[in-house]
Amino acid sequence: MKGVNHVSKQIGALVKTRDYKAYLPWITTPGLCLLIVAIWWAYVTLSGISAFILPAPGAVWDAWIELLGSRRAWASAFLTAYATLLGFFWAVLIGVGLGMVIARVRWLEQTLTPFIVASQVLPKVALVPLFIVWFGFGITSKVLIAAILAFFPILTNTVLGVKSIDQGHRDVMISLNATRWQVFRRLELQSALPYIITGMEVGIVLALIGSIVGEYLGGDLGLGHLLVGKMNAFETDGLFAVMIHMTILGFLFYFAISALRRIFVPWHGSAGSGDAH
Amino acid sequence: MPRNNLTAAPVPAAICLEQVDKWYGEFGQQVHALDVTDLEVLQGEFVVLLGPSGCGKTTLLRMIGGLIAPSHGRLRVMERDLWKGKTRQSDAVADLGVVFQDANLFPWLTVGQNITLPLELRGAPKDDCLARVRELASLVGIAGFEQRWPRELSGGMRQRAAIARALSYDPDILLMDEPFGALDAMTRDAMNIELQTLWIKTAKTIVLVTHSISEAVFLADRVILLSPRPGRIDTVVNIPFARPRLLDTQTTTEFQSIVRDLRHRLDEIS
Repeated sequence: MKGVNHVSKQIGALVKTRDYKAYLPWITTPGLCLLIVAIWWAYVTLSGISAFILPAPGAVWDAWIELLGSRRAWASAFLTAYATLLGFFWAVLIGVGLGMVIARVRWLEQTLTPFIVASQVLPKVALVPLFIVWFGFGITSKVLIAAILAFFPILTNTVLGVKSIDQGHRDVMISLNATRWQVFRRLELQSALPYIITGMEVGIVLALIGSIVGEYLGGDLGLGHLLVGKMNAFETDGLFAVMIHMTILGFLFYFAISALRRIFVPWHGSAGSGDAH
Repeated sequence: MPRNNLTAAPVPAAICLEQVDKWYGEFGQQVHALDVTDLEVLQGEFVVLLGPSGCGKTTLLRMIGGLIAPSHGRLRVMERDLWKGKTRQSDAVADLGVVFQDANLFPWLTVGQNITLPLELRGAPKDDCLARVRELASLVGIAGFEQRWPRELSGGMRQRAAIARALSYDPDILLMDEPFGALDAMTRDAMNIELQTLWIKTAKTIVLVTHSISEAVFLADRVILLSPRPGRIDTVVNIPFARPRLLDTQTTTEFQSIVRDLRHRLDEIS
């Protein structure tokens, strides 16, 4: 009896340990955050480093709260988000469209591949000054650079997605007398969707980089413009505050695309909800 | 069983091949996959194509299924030409249901949606599809699994769903390419019994490809043995056992002597 009790206690402890481990990241992740901030704070306090080089966490927090109260900062955030989304939209439209065509027309793929690779090895931010010359300091140049950065991963993933469609699935559609449109709509698009969304996840982050870099050089609004302004004014705490804004924006975009994955490809292993494969 | 009583009235042919052959590849390095072949499958008949790998049995079935075009000859399904030149005739394809070795269910559709996919492609109303999916699911023995994803089903159940999908638009002919080849032996035996029941119940014409001799003899009215390089019809054996056949039928001496003869012939030709 005693032995049984002992064993059941052990099992209970084991179960408890497993539960504990499942919740552990909820404690360790914020804990790590606090630790980093504490080290940061300790370093700033102990070393007496100039606030122009590295401001204290408290100063950055104050600057960020100030940014939250600033109309100009909100307008900047919206403008950056708008340019990013618009560029991303065009990248998805052209990337998915062209990818679908390229994947099935071999000579077109062979014709275009050198151009696509060339456009990739060129550091695209080098195009920013040129676009400003061509399209001015308005939003067009930012949208364009965001679109160009986001385009490539979306295109390559779409091509990969269409190419990895199961021949057996194609046979099913042929044996069912499906029209070309039905094959596209019911098989090719569905089958490629997990790949396309992976491309979009990479693409949205690149689009954000594109619009911010675009704002460095031109315009009078936008988070990138705000950042350069803080630098010129030697407001290092403000620099950090704008970076926090940018990070939050990046997170929001990324989560939005992840939500698309859960909505549109719940059947796929990558959706990560419910039972694994 | 009127099925086996073929002499009483002339049964029309469900599938008719006249001088059909198949070459693969470009000019100069062509491979002769299937020699000139004549074949008639009667309505309601269960024909099994048996042979070693490379004998062209899958080629033959895929030609009947409209998946590849014959190089020469005429191929008719329910007395309609399947091919005009290299163009597949969709009215003839509508009489064919194809079941592949892999279930080939679409992973983004539920099992029920997979089963009714053919009906949706034909533009059937949603209500009809819903009514039909219950009926089909219980016919093939997967009732209650309509809302699941295909990946949640076992291999045998996925193949049942694939059969239900092929039956959904009520084709006259069922073409099956090693449908149970990927299943374990016990599931396979059970599936063969159920396939026979299904065939008796629905009165479909079935053409099935296999490389298992006992499976062929167990299921078929007529076993067609194909020899390789190039594929051609070698032997045709009528299987006389009454329906429904039981697993015990396989242990009778008569059954085993047919299997033995076929095995000897298979050894000679492969």
